[in-house]
This record gives sequence, structure tokens and C-alpha cells, in this order.
Amino acid sequence: MTVVVRRGVRKVIMGKTLAEKVWEDHVVRRTAGEPDLLYIDLHLIHEVTSPQAFDGLRLSGRKVRRPDLTLATEDHNVPTLNIDKPIADPVSKLQVDTLRNNCKEFGVRIHSLGDVEQGIVHVVGPQLGLTQPGMTIVCGDSHTSTHGAFGALAFGIGTSEVEHVLATQTLPLAKPKTMAINVEGSLKPGVTSKDIILAIIAKISTGGGQGYVLEYRGSAIRALSMEARMTICNMSIEAGARAGLIAPDQTTFDYIQGRPHAPQGEEWDAAVAYWKTLKSDDDAVFDKEIYLNADELSPFVTWGTNPGQGIPLNDSVPNPQEFTDPEERTAAERALVYMDLQAGTPMKKIKIDTVFLGSCTNGRIEDLRAAAAIIKGNKVAANTRMMVVPGSARVRLQAEAEGLDQIFLAAGAEWRSAGCSMCLGMNPDQLQPGERSASTSNRNFEGRQGKGGRTHLVSPLVAAATAIRGTLSSPADL
Amino acid sequence: MEKFISHTGTGIPLRRSNVDTDQIIPAVYLKRVTRSGFEDGLFAAWRSDPDFVLNKPEYSKATILVAGVDFGTGSSREHAVWALQNYGFKVVISSRFADIFRGNSLKGGLLTVILPQSEVEALWGAIEKNPALSISVDLESKTVSYEGHSVSFDLDDYTRWRLMEGLDDIGLTMRNLSDVEQFEQKRAKFKPKTLPVLS
Repeated sequence: MTVVVRRGVRKVIMGKTLAEKVWEDHVVRRTAGEPDLLYIDLHLIHEVTSPQAFDGLRLSGRKVRRPDLTLATEDHNVPTLNIDKPIADPVSKLQVDTLRNNCKEFGVRIHSLGDVEQGIVHVVGPQLGLTQPGMTIVCGDSHTSTHGAFGALAFGIGTSEVEHVLATQTLPLAKPKTMAINVEGSLKPGVTSKDIILAIIAKISTGGGQGYVLEYRGSAIRALSMEARMTICNMSIEAGARAGLIAPDQTTFDYIQGRPHAPQGEEWDAAVAYWKTLKSDDDAVFDKEIYLNADELSPFVTWGTNPGQGIPLNDSVPNPQEFTDPEERTAAERALVYMDLQAGTPMKKIKIDTVFLGSCTNGRIEDLRAAAAIIKGNKVAANTRMMVVPGSARVRLQAEAEGLDQIFLAAGAEWRSAGCSMCLGMNPDQLQPGERSASTSNRNFEGRQGKGGRTHLVSPLVAAATAIRGTLSSPADL
Repeated sequence: MEKFISHTGTGIPLRRSNVDTDQIIPAVYLKRVTRSGFEDGLFAAWRSDPDFVLNKPEYSKATILVAGVDFGTGSSREHAVWALQNYGFKVVISSRFADIFRGNSLKGGLLTVILPQSEVEALWGAIEKNPALSISVDLESKTVSYEGHSVSFDLDDYTRWRLMEGLDDIGLTMRNLSDVEQFEQKRAKFKPKTLPVLS
């Protein structure tokens, strides 16, 4: 709280949260009774949610207002094998060609299949240094919350909003509430940021963050690398929050410095000076606060069909009768039927057909390194298949330079090209009906990875240990 | 966008919570580059079950979907809204909607109405008792009415006005482009640009 005395009038100014600061810095227009009009610093687009938006522009004779703040990649619907050949599915090919033609027509930069900068939008933005603290970043994809790891206000939008941003570089938005998620303590070996976020979602449920921007705080968060922070912010949407963010610090600045689009020289100094102001004031008041003890966390895994249905890997499949909330009980009953699981079965007894390592949640170089360190010298279990899909072409090249591809291949895993792949099963990378996966992705919805497929969400470490043993496992079980 | 002032139709009870947008329309149906034709993907996996509520003939004419809590979670795909509209739904009622889905629906003219869970359950019961039950959703008075029972719902005045006038946001923002231009003048120089390509 600050007290300002001006012309004899004493005014009390309450501190602001990080989210409020970034919000206030982007208000283009504020009128009573209307949503704020916010300026958008970076608009990422991809082939699935943009074609109808470009069509809308054409129909009304509008242009892309700021092509220089817009970037397109191909990720959701592209194959991860034989990427040098034409896309086999004609409907997928039409969608990708439509993006290419739209980008050409409207002057938007695009990184197409085969380009060294191609990859999942949320991996590419940070990697190019385009994701920076204090920015507003949007994309027609709910995992845009990933970029919040840099202290940016980043959120997913629908196609109508994509068109709105293309045309005006702004969005009318109602101001969200703020929630602090305090994670204190230190993680035990084998426990990762994926386990933190799965534990948070299990605690507050898939609707707990609805209407809020989450701010992840505390010593356990401060200790995380940028990539680990991205994993946490990525899954904010799975708790119902459109955005989640972390205050930038030296770890953030070090990650950005030297990247292609990082500020340079005097501009770097000006940027860092501004970025250092981007933290919640000590007296800022959050609308809600929750607490989590990092010391108590262990590897986490989901048992059901929404990301809130998670438990420690050492536990057993829960009994729906133990849920007091009737909605939760019904949902749990349905989930166990769909997942073909019996209450009381130890999670570690569950056999896994496919291990998927990849996605915008866990498809970065640190994730591949962590998994490779466990896979090295081992073999993927006889009845299990492991797919490794780097988050971007750059991640793939980096991994190959470090010999990680050879470790995965020697173990019998598949080494593929970059894309969203089996995270959403839009391209040919899908589970067969009844097949069960351990997946480092973000959603265990019914059929998410292929019609009739069953998904258990896990960290890259659990994914690697599971691939070796063929049942849900942590590295400690090896 | 078509104006939405009121709608009268029959309902369909979807007694499920956490209906995510992957259930509303699975990813494999998202490959179209148009805004129409998504009705075949609506609840595609569930519709393969003959007992699924959408397959019941008594609900075949329904235009008001009454669903469990946390409707529309997950992916931001606006195709979920288009699929519901293409199929013929005008209104979705639930006790809680996911933020992105709700935003998409209200931009596209699919009215999402939030009622307390007890009212949702009362409505489920009434529809199941009489599938031909006439339900009216009125934006003027912000009420849902059936069988002489009327319950009011909240919607901010701005969104209500926009829906009732059938105005699209882009046209409204275009009226204030001078504010955008002024804002752009004072943006910090260190903010990144995607062009020219520097990688």
C-alpha cells in the first residue's frame, strides 16, 4: 500500500498483482459498462483454428493489421513421419495448404513443415525469443498459457477472436480475478514440475481456476528452469484458468538473452529494467490463495478421464463411493468404466501399450534429456511401444546433436519429427480403441488420443520408466 | 451475426459433467476450413452408442441443450460452438461453463445460460417427464421459463446488448481504431517483431 498526498488529498494506492500490471499496461480503451480493449503484442497462429478467421477477413475486405506481430507454424495436423513427402490425407493437406496460402496472401511469416523453425507454436515462440515478460500473447489454442512462464499474460482464444486480433491487434476482454498458487519447499529427486501441476489440478479440480488468472509463486517455483515453468503454466487451462503466469527473474532473463528476437544493446537494458518491475507487489491482494508443499509431492499420474482425476503413482485406483460430491462420484464411476479400471488396483500394476513423450507440455529438450538419461542402456518393454516426438524441429536437431535420438532408437523407441502428434490424435498418430497410453501430454479426455483410447498423464521421467517396465512406474522402480 | 432476443423450443437433458470440447467435437473432425458442416462430428464418440440421449427420437427436434457442470472445458476449438449450432442448438444451459467456450459461444450467437445446479436438475426432470416441454429463453428479461416456472439468469449488459443487436465485435472495435493507433505510438521499442525474419 502506498499513500500519495497530492493537493492536500491523501490517496491510498493498493499494490497490484503481476497479472493486473500486465493487464493495465495493455489497456487501449476503457469505458464503463464495456470490457477493456487490450492490445496484443504477439499473435501465434496454426492451421486448425485460423482458416475461418482469414475467410472472415476476406469477406469483409480487411487486412491483417500487424503482420509483424503475427507468426504462423504448422503443428496440429501435420505428420511426424516422412515429412519430406506430400501430406497423405487430402483433407489435412488442404488445411495446411490453406494456412500457407493465407499467410502468403496476408503477408504473415510462416514456418512450414521442413523449415528448421517449424514446431508446436508454444515451443517455437519461446525458442525464437519472441516470448518475453510483460507481453500479451494469444493463439487459437488453449495451451497458449504456456508463455505465462515468462511473466507474459498469455491465453487461448477462439477463431472469432483470432479474426478480431488479425483485424485489429486487440481483444475486448473482461478482467479476470487473480489466484495465487504458493508452492514452497523443494522437490524430491524424481519429482518434476509436471507432478506439481497435476497435484494442483487434482487439488482445485478442472473448474477451480475458472474465471481466474493463476500466479505460481514460492521457493519451489523459483527453483525451476524456464522449461519446467512452461510445463506448469501450460496446464493452467486444465485447472479451468485461461492463463497462468510466473514472475520473471534472472532465470528468465538468462533464457531469453541471445535468442534471435531478444532485445539487444540499450534495448536489452531498457527491457530488463521494465521486466524487473513485473512482480506482484508485497501488499497486492489476490482474490484467492492456495498452498502446496513441494516436499510432500511424489510422482503423480491420472487414473480418470479429466486432468483433475489424478493421484500419487504409489496409490491405488480410487473407489468412486469415497467421493462425497455426487457429481464427482458419477464422473468417477463413468471414468473407471471408460478406463477399464477396478477400484483398489495399485496404479503401478496397470499395463501400458503406448508411451508418448512429446507435446507442448513436455516436448522440450530438457524433457527429452531427462527421459533419455533413464532410457539409456535399457530396452522398451516387449509389449510396449514408445513414441518420441520433439516439440520443434530445433529440439529434434539439438537432441540429435547430443545423441539422444540414438539412445531412444537403441532402446527400441520411435524417433519422429516435430508436431502435436498423439497429444490430440488429429494426424495419423493415434491410439487404437482400447489401447492404453502413458502420455507426457496434457489431456486424458475420453478418446483424446484416438477413439476408444485410454490415457494416463505422466511426467517424462515416469514415461521413460514406464516404457522400460511396461507398467506405470517411476525411475525409483528400476 | 443473427440477433438473439428470445428462443422457444424443446430441451435435451445431457446428464454429464465435465463435457470437454474433445467430446463435443473430436479433433479428427476439425480439418474443415469452413464454418459449416460440423454437425456430423457433434458428440461423435457418444453418438455411436444407440442409447445416447441425442439418438433418442423424442429429443430429435430439441434446440436447447441442458448439460452438467463444467461444460466446454479443454481445447479452445470454436468448432465446438459451430458443431452445436450446425446441429440446430440455439441455447446451452449449465451451472458452469469453461471460460474459453463461453467466450466463443457468446461471440458466435449461441446463448450459454448459467443456472444454479438445482435448477438444471429440475429442468432435467421436467424434460425427461415431458420431452415435448416448451422452454422459453428470453434475453430481454433474462429468464428461462417453462410450465409457468420462471428462473432468471445473469448476463452482463454489454454482451446482452451485443447479442440482442446482432453486432460483431470487430465492427465495434473498428469504430475505435484511433485509440489503437494512439496506443501503438507509445509501445516500447524493445517489444519483439516477427518481421523481418531473424533466425
